[in-house]
Amino acid sequence: MSNIARDLVMLAAAIVSGAVFSAPATAQNEQFIPILSYRTGPYAVNGAPYANGVADYYNLVNERDGGINGVKLLVEECETSYATDKGVECYERLKSKGPTGAAFINPLSTGITFALTEKTAADKIPIITMGYGRADSKNGAVFAYNFPLLGTYWSAADIAIQHVARELGGIDKLKGRKISLLYHDSPYGKEPIPMLQVLAQKYGFEFTPIPVTHPGVEQKSQWLAIRQNRPDYVLVWGWGVMNSTAVKEAAAVAYPRDKMIGVWWSGAEPDVTPAGDQAIGYKSLMLQHGAGKFPVHADIEKYVYAKGKGSTEPGKVGEVLYNRGMVNAMLGVEAIRKAQEKFGQKPLTGEQVRWGLENLNLSDARIKELGFEGMLKSIRISCSDHEGTRDGRVQQWDGRSWKIISDWYTADESLIDPLVADVSGKYAADKKIQPRDCAKES
Amino acid sequence: MLYRETGQFKTAYAQDMAIFPIRQDRIGLGILLGIAFIGVPLLATFHIWPFGRDYLLWAILLPFLVLALAAIGTNILVGYCGQISLGSGAFMAIGAYSAYKLGTGVHIPLAWLGFAISIPPLPVLASILLGGLAAAGCGILFGIPSLRIKGLYLAVATLAAQFFFDWVFLRVPWFTNYAPSGSVNAPELNFFGAVVQTPVERYLLCLTFVTVIAFLAKNLVRGNLGRQWMAIRDMDIAAELIGIRPLYAKLTAFAVSSFIIGVAGALWAFVYLGSWEPLAFSIDRSLQLLFMVIIGGLGSIMGSFVGAAFILIVPIMLNLIPTELGVPLSTETITHLEFIIFGSLICYLLIKEPHGFARLISICKEKLRLWPFPY
Repeated sequence: MSNIARDLVMLAAAIVSGAVFSAPATAQNEQFIPILSYRTGPYAVNGAPYANGVADYYNLVNERDGGINGVKLLVEECETSYATDKGVECYERLKSKGPTGAAFINPLSTGITFALTEKTAADKIPIITMGYGRADSKNGAVFAYNFPLLGTYWSAADIAIQHVARELGGIDKLKGRKISLLYHDSPYGKEPIPMLQVLAQKYGFEFTPIPVTHPGVEQKSQWLAIRQNRPDYVLVWGWGVMNSTAVKEAAAVAYPRDKMIGVWWSGAEPDVTPAGDQAIGYKSLMLQHGAGKFPVHADIEKYVYAKGKGSTEPGKVGEVLYNRGMVNAMLGVEAIRKAQEKFGQKPLTGEQVRWGLENLNLSDARIKELGFEGMLKSIRISCSDHEGTRDGRVQQWDGRSWKIISDWYTADESLIDPLVADVSGKYAADKKIQPRDCAKES
Repeated sequence: MLYRETGQFKTAYAQDMAIFPIRQDRIGLGILLGIAFIGVPLLATFHIWPFGRDYLLWAILLPFLVLALAAIGTNILVGYCGQISLGSGAFMAIGAYSAYKLGTGVHIPLAWLGFAISIPPLPVLASILLGGLAAAGCGILFGIPSLRIKGLYLAVATLAAQFFFDWVFLRVPWFTNYAPSGSVNAPELNFFGAVVQTPVERYLLCLTFVTVIAFLAKNLVRGNLGRQWMAIRDMDIAAELIGIRPLYAKLTAFAVSSFIIGVAGALWAFVYLGSWEPLAFSIDRSLQLLFMVIIGGLGSIMGSFVGAAFILIVPIMLNLIPTELGVPLSTETITHLEFIIFGSLICYLLIKEPHGFARLISICKEKLRLWPFPY
């Protein structure tokens, strides 16, 4: 017992001395950026490559450019395991670190996004949810601090249906067809349902949502239902092990894989490789970019991996989710750069970065300069449109790599906007938020 | 010597039967409550160390208080009445969702009868307490099997409650006011005109609930009802022979326990999370509460607090230590280390003291009372 007591005292002493010595190490000219990631748990296969892309890009900015206009990026990662309560704890832990607090937060979980939406608005820290999060937060007048950049699930639903129509040979061919949605039973998976219901009504197809319980390894009954119902297409809104399980179960009931279309979170290498040859033909949406290497990857290899500072094996650079992490980090960095134009080249607060995000305008030329040409189209955020662009393509797995099989689709705003106005209006009324007048914002 | 009771004469039965008969206990509790009610809010308001940031209040103390409350509820059922329950998470969910429905207005359209039942939104305090009552009602319902089945078999029956309510709140859109994502937002925390918003206010609100309910529970378990529960726990046949009605004793335990858990669930949703989905009350939460009670000490109100602190705070500390010390470990390694160390700690504790922290503390207290010659 006394040995343990002694150890405990030593440990306590180590903690106290560590706290004392590590405190003054923080420099003043640093911009703090938290990374909420998950490298453990059932979603780790997808969470880890994404987090690696994010971390490597911040590292690149520090190593290649010495930060943003001389302001170094200070990054700290926190493990959420994709659990909402842990995500909230991580947010509280990291939100006020660094000289000016967190520049923005990036939860990589729709559940955590819902839990943090109110808190971030109160703390004045923008929450970037690139390609996920609440679809109604496109309306920046109500959701001043939410930025669902590049695409929401309602845009994704519309793009998926547009592609189905194209494959069937025209939008009028949708009439009478059956389309099922196999979804992760969480806010993430439920988000597209209202949009798909609107689309089903408009185009006259029969829409069936089929929920899969977290974490998604048990899908036998769902696929039995699909086998009985024989839908023309199955949209997959899965994450983590649920995706590869869906592909395997589809093969088990002989549902054609090329009639399955995953959302952009169900279309990465870890989703198809575990299913082996069974995954051949499986399709998914692309959040603009896909896999592959572009000029920016050469910089990452030169400035980060050559110095031994990379966060993964060099072979994994350029995977779908790795690239998505990079794009995500790049947009955040560019928002800080934009905000620096207005507020000065120093560490900025979340409120200032929010302005940068809302006024972010990346032209094709700027994207080329950043080395992302071919991955992204130009993006322009505004007060009334926090999504920026809503373009996507479709890719197909051929057994070894993802092949792009379609042109660009643009989600139909005339269908999405009434729904956004309706749902965000309800939120504003519930929370007594006075929507900003976007005409007056600059 | 701290606990020397020399000179504390009890001259009336009331003194002998007091909730805290030893003067030192009363003083200690007074100091603790003083720190909790006055010290912590003062430090937090002026941002004095360790309350420089909201972190300690928001991410540690607030969840600790609410989960300690839920652990008290679980302890009444499992620790005092001996009915193993794996449905605590479900009762938290019932508390949360009932309070949500009552707080946002209930509307039941009865089209076939030609009218609708409409209840306007209730004040927050009423909806939290009624949420607890709703949980108590469901607790009684799911407690009925306990009259026939015991021990591990009952645990399986309560597991049914867990999965049933998980399903209900996930699938029946009425409970979430038809929210498209299934995630709901708590109404404004308005208590008689005062809006609870800042972390300090939220902390004080939870603390008040926890203090009041903990005192009530402490009083209840040493009274008639509590003794009935303990008699049932220790040997139900003997209890029945001396005239205790198992039906009444078991169902009251289920009701009281579920009420407290339900209130804790409503607080967890309204005050701590603010926005939640059914996953916040999954089977993991039930197991977490059960572990809190087992580690803290079955049949001890104080044990519930210690258990909650251990289960909630130790993993967070283990996770924080490497970063605070500046040890360059990846978050992955830290998380795995956290699991390994925390797991071994639980094993070690249960081997050394199978009756939990409460037993350790009472041994310390006994030894202090016999100081300087403890045996």
